[in-house]
Amino acid sequence: MIEIAKYVKAESLEEAYQLNQKKSSTVIGGMLWLKMQKKRVGTAIDLSGLGLDTIEETEEEYRIGAMVSLRQIEQHAGLNALTCGAAKDAVKHIVGVQFRNLATVGGSLFGRYGFSDVLTFFMAIGAKVELYHRGILTVEEFSRLPYDRDILVRVLVPKKAQKTVYLSQRNTKTDFPVLTCCICREEEELRCVIGARPGRAVCLRDEKQILKDGITPESAASFGAYAREQITTGSNLRAGSEYRSILIGVLGKRALLSIASMDGEG
Amino acid sequence: MQIELWVNEKKISADIEPDLLLIDFLRKQGCKSVKRGCETANCGLCTVFLDDKPVLSCSVLAVRAAGHRVVTLEGLQDEAEEFGAYIADQGAEQCGFCNPGFMMNAIAMFRENPDPTEEEILEYLSGNLCRCSGYEGQMRGIQSYLAYKREKGAAN
Repeated sequence: MIEIAKYVKAESLEEAYQLNQKKSSTVIGGMLWLKMQKKRVGTAIDLSGLGLDTIEETEEEYRIGAMVSLRQIEQHAGLNALTCGAAKDAVKHIVGVQFRNLATVGGSLFGRYGFSDVLTFFMAIGAKVELYHRGILTVEEFSRLPYDRDILVRVLVPKKAQKTVYLSQRNTKTDFPVLTCCICREEEELRCVIGARPGRAVCLRDEKQILKDGITPESAASFGAYAREQITTGSNLRAGSEYRSILIGVLGKRALLSIASMDGEG
Repeated sequence: MQIELWVNEKKISADIEPDLLLIDFLRKQGCKSVKRGCETANCGLCTVFLDDKPVLSCSVLAVRAAGHRVVTLEGLQDEAEEFGAYIADQGAEQCGFCNPGFMMNAIAMFRENPDPTEEEILEYLSGNLCRCSGYEGQMRGIQSYLAYKREKGAAN
């Protein structure tokens, strides 16, 4: 059970950042994962008064505040149109509507959890995070950083034409995923992100030009095999490493063929 | 900490600890329909509306509800009674423990999507676990209720 000595609704990002420099402080997002921990929090820092609960649209990008809920992502028409519905597909299996009304984008990403559907999705679509102290960096770079005491302010999604497919394998609906796979094809590159390995999501590109002549059942299978070879998996109570590796090949191929069918290829 | 909020349209002021959860606050206010189930934010038993959105009160700090409107099943008697009769007709409440959370989320769904498909019902209510019914009776109850609403709508 979590114990909180003091609660502060931050009035500015600077105040939140300063308060968070103390080791005993914790920024609270949706609090769903946090409340599961046995932890004593000196100061719980709440960002909910900073107007970070909206998705703004500019000419170049969507600017998603850290306190935007997963349900907002699921229901956002523009984000779903941009990602061919992958935004909804990435979060719709996360427990239930009531849970997704609380869980925040910032909390989901800042934790860089190994089981995260959200990390897999945003990394694949080439999103960036805006950190209060460090500035802007890609989700892919951010995922490799050690934990620090910065504040995640926003997630920035570039409005680049893309075809995106999100797939996950679960032992039962609403459970943590056994494996997640999101493939995003933009004009200049294709990113295949595999998460719930069960480690943090990783991004693979078509460096061997397997898909240079287009996506066909054969090239999709070859890319799936390549991804399986390149990406390390592990075991936990949900699945073994060998099974996860097989799934990489299967989901990778399926996602590519879905992308091809959007374009009338394959 | 001093907070002020609306519970079932009644304004309440209270002095609370910063780590008090909304579920415990509401039960202290006499809202006993709000049940503690899994403690892992998975079962949906503790569902309440926070500014009209269904949320898990086991995972919300009471202090975060300050200045907001909270509604529990006690505040939705008419809607709950009408819909609940269809669930009871199917014997779908069984032990009844999951019912308040299920009713809350089903009402949220009807408000958001008055005529959901079977797939949409399953998707919306996937965060409400029931260990007795196997969900078949609940699905029949929801569909009977929706059919009644459609007929009523057509008659008006």
